[in-house]
Amino acid sequence: MKNNRINFEWIRTSVVIIIALVFTLIIILLVSNEPANALREFLIGPVDSMRHIGNVIELMIPLIFTGLAVSMMFSAEQFNLAAEGAFFAGAIAAAAIALSLDLPIIIHPVIAILGGGIIGALITGIPAFLKVKWNASELVSSLMFNYLAFFMGIYVINYYYRDANAGAMVSEKLDISALLIRLIPRTRIHMGLIIALIFIAAAYYFMFRTKWGYALRVTGQNSKFAEYSGINTLRVFLYAQLIGGFIAGVGGATELLGMYTRFSWQALPGYGWDGIIVAILARNNPLFVPLAALFLAYLRIGADIMARMSDVQNEVVALIQGIIIVLVVAERFLAKYRHKWVYKEAKTSISEAEEE
Amino acid sequence: MDKFIAIIFSVSFGYAVLRVTTPLIFAAMGALISDKAGVINIGLEGIMLISALTGVVVSAYTQSAFLGLLMAVIAGSLTGMAMAYFALNLKTDIILSGIAINLFGGGGTIFALYLVAHDKGISSSLKSLVLPKIDIPIIDQIPVLSEIISGQNILTYIALLSVVFVYILVYKTPLGLQIRAVGENEDAADSVGVSVRKIKYIALILSGAFAGFGGAYMSMAYVSWFSKNMTVGRGFIALAAEAMGGSTPFGTLVACFVFGSAEALSNSLQSLRVPTEFVQMIPYVVTVLGLVLYSSRKTSQIRKKIGSRR
Repeated sequence: MKNNRINFEWIRTSVVIIIALVFTLIIILLVSNEPANALREFLIGPVDSMRHIGNVIELMIPLIFTGLAVSMMFSAEQFNLAAEGAFFAGAIAAAAIALSLDLPIIIHPVIAILGGGIIGALITGIPAFLKVKWNASELVSSLMFNYLAFFMGIYVINYYYRDANAGAMVSEKLDISALLIRLIPRTRIHMGLIIALIFIAAAYYFMFRTKWGYALRVTGQNSKFAEYSGINTLRVFLYAQLIGGFIAGVGGATELLGMYTRFSWQALPGYGWDGIIVAILARNNPLFVPLAALFLAYLRIGADIMARMSDVQNEVVALIQGIIIVLVVAERFLAKYRHKWVYKEAKTSISEAEEE
Repeated sequence: MDKFIAIIFSVSFGYAVLRVTTPLIFAAMGALISDKAGVINIGLEGIMLISALTGVVVSAYTQSAFLGLLMAVIAGSLTGMAMAYFALNLKTDIILSGIAINLFGGGGTIFALYLVAHDKGISSSLKSLVLPKIDIPIIDQIPVLSEIISGQNILTYIALLSVVFVYILVYKTPLGLQIRAVGENEDAADSVGVSVRKIKYIALILSGAFAGFGGAYMSMAYVSWFSKNMTVGRGFIALAAEAMGGSTPFGTLVACFVFGSAEALSNSLQSLRVPTEFVQMIPYVVTVLGLVLYSSRKTSQIRKKIGSRR
């Protein structure tokens, strides 16, 4: 029975994705003067060259991190939306460590990434603490912390690490010893991919094989039940969000050290919000996070290529994302078919039982 | 420091506070109406963006500021209705529906902006209109007061009136009673024949309409153009204001003024030699502090109540 339900979720998600793509197709047909070209670039562009495949994998890395971070927090039913700020702050911390400490290779990026993770945990941890201690809505305060993390980060770069010779507001060149090595020539795929895979395994192990992870899932499913069975739910809320922020911060640090040689973001990069989409598609299961991240990355790169090669703008992705979130989460979407499916299954299993 | 005090007590500061608080009032009233019916509208940010763009585009094409405003409000209501459909008919989690609306509004407005203005950042190539400023008779004769209160945009006065409107709607009308009943205990409301779904629909549509006014104010009064992500978190701050105001219209109004003052302060302090980043942080810091203060007071009240019962 349980397997069938999972199968059904797969089918439902696929149907949603198809609907979203058809909708996109219609939009492209409406706005473009060269719809065939636009569509081809959108769908096939990401795999038509090694460089583009590289782009997809590169983009997948930060999405895996924020997807894991959000999965962790949402699994505990905590709507902490500060993964965005944590990711940004993680990158800032990594830049600061890369610029101010003089450490040998390997140790340097490790310290920088850990520093990023700790700052990230702070960004999501404070709203969590305010919730646990004073019952202040983590939803609202975490939204504010995105902006706080942003302005604080820009301040740090601007006043301590800014390259006075550069025209734009960017940091000085990061210490080479702190940068992550590139794995595949002719692409920018970096060591972060390995780190991301390790985090996926660790997050899965934590959530499904440890006592703390179990407590987290039980709390998320029914916090009253969890409390009655002796789980300290406040503690669960706190560590779910601390771990989530840590992962997001590590993601930010990894992204910076893997992809850039300076800190140059002038706005929040949006990966924290993307993480929500990834977590929703992956049903908060770490094992499905890379798949969901790959899908979103493919969509994004496809849209970017389309924007460059045709007259359709890449923000069309925003439409797809909206549809995907709403329909994947919609309990009632295709519920009728699910009902039929369950009914049929039950009937066949009964008749099988009768035959025996 | 002298300069700092001079800024706060200047007439122009008072004027600026009203000016920046206006969109917060609209959005916070939107947050309040839906919250009263038991649905959190976190999509206010996206709705404001959609409405802001609609206002600019419609006013540019029709050359009527009023039509721009009207369509902005209608666009907001429709978006609210779409949220209601997702949340109530399809049973999508209301918070995630809101996030979807925000992502949709953030990216979709840029997409649409490029289609109409061939620019991804700003709508300056469109000749859009602004809503008029109004001098209030009698008050415009009083010295200091006239410079603060009079001569504001018409939407500022509508925002202030909307607080009274929401108060009457929520507390003095049958519909308001139903909205509160649904928000407090929907099963109980249902058992006495209130259509929970209908009431929530109405609340979200009204919420969208208020956010629509707020969006129109941003692009047709606060400034005279649409730029991407121009709301920068006002929809979220409105949620905080509503929470801090204890979900009452006048409490929320006061909270809006607190945040508005913080924002006005951050705008005017930019002329002083304080790092701009810190100054820009003020509204968000004040929001967090306000929220914590309010929540901690409320929890201690609840604890006291439980204690006295024992």
